[in-house]
Amino acid sequence: MAKELDSDYWVRDFVKTEEPKEYNTLNVGPTHPATHGVFQNVMLMDGEFIVSTEQTIGYIHRAFEKIAERRPFYQVTPLTDRLNYCSAPLNNMGWHMTVEKLLGIQTPKRVDYLRIIVMELSRIADHLICNSVIGVDSGALTGFTYIFQNREFIYEIYEEICGSRLTTNMGRIGGFERNFSAKAWEKIRFFLKDYPAKLNEFERLLARNRIFMDRTIDVGAFSAERALAYGFTGPNLRACGVDYDVRVMNPYCSYEDFDFIIPVGQNGDTYDRFMVRQEEMRQSLSIIEQAIAKLDKMEDKETYFAPDPRFVLPPKEKVYNNMEALIWHFKIVMGETDIPPGEVYHCIEAANGELGFYLVSDGGRTASRLHFRRPCFIYYQAYPEMVKGNMLSDAILTMSSMNVIAGELDA
Amino acid sequence: MLCINVKKEEIQNIFQFLRDDNELQFNFLTTLCGMHYPEKEQLGVVYHLHSFVNNHRIRVKTTTEIDSPTIPTLTTIWPSANWMEREAFEFFGIQFEGHPNLVRILNVDDFAGFPMRKDFPLEDQTREDKDDGMFGR
Repeated sequence: MAKELDSDYWVRDFVKTEEPKEYNTLNVGPTHPATHGVFQNVMLMDGEFIVSTEQTIGYIHRAFEKIAERRPFYQVTPLTDRLNYCSAPLNNMGWHMTVEKLLGIQTPKRVDYLRIIVMELSRIADHLICNSVIGVDSGALTGFTYIFQNREFIYEIYEEICGSRLTTNMGRIGGFERNFSAKAWEKIRFFLKDYPAKLNEFERLLARNRIFMDRTIDVGAFSAERALAYGFTGPNLRACGVDYDVRVMNPYCSYEDFDFIIPVGQNGDTYDRFMVRQEEMRQSLSIIEQAIAKLDKMEDKETYFAPDPRFVLPPKEKVYNNMEALIWHFKIVMGETDIPPGEVYHCIEAANGELGFYLVSDGGRTASRLHFRRPCFIYYQAYPEMVKGNMLSDAILTMSSMNVIAGELDA
Repeated sequence: MLCINVKKEEIQNIFQFLRDDNELQFNFLTTLCGMHYPEKEQLGVVYHLHSFVNNHRIRVKTTTEIDSPTIPTLTTIWPSANWMEREAFEFFGIQFEGHPNLVRILNVDDFAGFPMRKDFPLEDQTREDKDDGMFGR
């Protein structure tokens, strides 16, 4: 026989109010298909309208900041994969650049351009997931099913570059682990040729679609002033009309050599966030094209890491035949590289905002403190204010358009 | 990056000034994080500010004694400080005075201890199936 329920079990979900109506609470999450991640919202509902929301996060907290204090620097890269797992290479590159900033390593231009190609590819992959999921949540599954082939293709490019797909652990401190293969170049060039038409087709499905526009325009709108107070960055801030982009404000990795525009929205609503991401994908494609053109002009086709042996594993033939190479190999793998004491803050424009690394080193083999500025941890706080008074179905759309990634939220 | 140390009593005034001064205009709280200095027996908070107008970034540091770790909250100046301060409270046990809802955010509510302090062990110390001695752990 089933366990007897507490007598007020069914009553407790209803909250009596002074007004002649009742509010009821609704659990959205932690494992709900509409949240696209493991986080919970307990919503106080007045019929279909949201009165207030309380968020619970931390379901996949893995204590990365603590673990990072016990690991040599190169072993932190796989942790950064698991922050925003939709665009892992961006996080990897951000971390490598942070350590390079601490060590004072100057990367060659070719390495920078290769990195930019990878970073923009992963920005496209991330925006593509977010935008197609906005479509799914507004009832348009078609775009999602088609455009995911292109995301799959980007993952195949990652596979050619580093061997893995989702959690890439791509690159090394100082550059890459190997040069891009001919197959990788072939795939990147094919992607550049093939993707714009697909992207336009995807946009035609949604952007001027009456149903989609009615579902997204003025839904979850947020003013620029509130967005700045809540620490919004990335496409969400730009949709509110603030043209803040780390790539332009504090150029890193030779972004100053590239010519691109920062798309901005006006109302900060779901539609604007969608359109900003669409345009950013086009800009990313243009950046990749420029990078390839610059690389083609270079005579050097072989450099893929900085001329600094402290973190780049020597080639295997040398390790077997050369004592110094063997020593370096051993030192790197055991994490015995000398690190200067110091503190750096480095930020990159990740797919959903400013991803920052605050790294404090006391000269030991590991970081003495590493803090990740995770963009969605900071801007997800604004969610209750954004959905207050909206309908539940709009709140779901607002959440998916904010691109909240549980892995990054919980670190 | 310019780094300034501030007494914790003055923290709210300083940040209000940094935000509202017409020349400085540090309008954006990039991040804040807790720190533990075991040799000084102190806890601290490191703030990163960004002025979008001038494109300047600064780092502000403050410390508090570990026995009574209290620091005034910044939630009155930037609402975004809310969760970041909750995270610093949870990891280091820093009490942010005036915070509207200072409870744990990432771990369970009845979690014992403050995990990011240096004396908090990363792993269960009673484990015997693992010997990491030679890796310096």
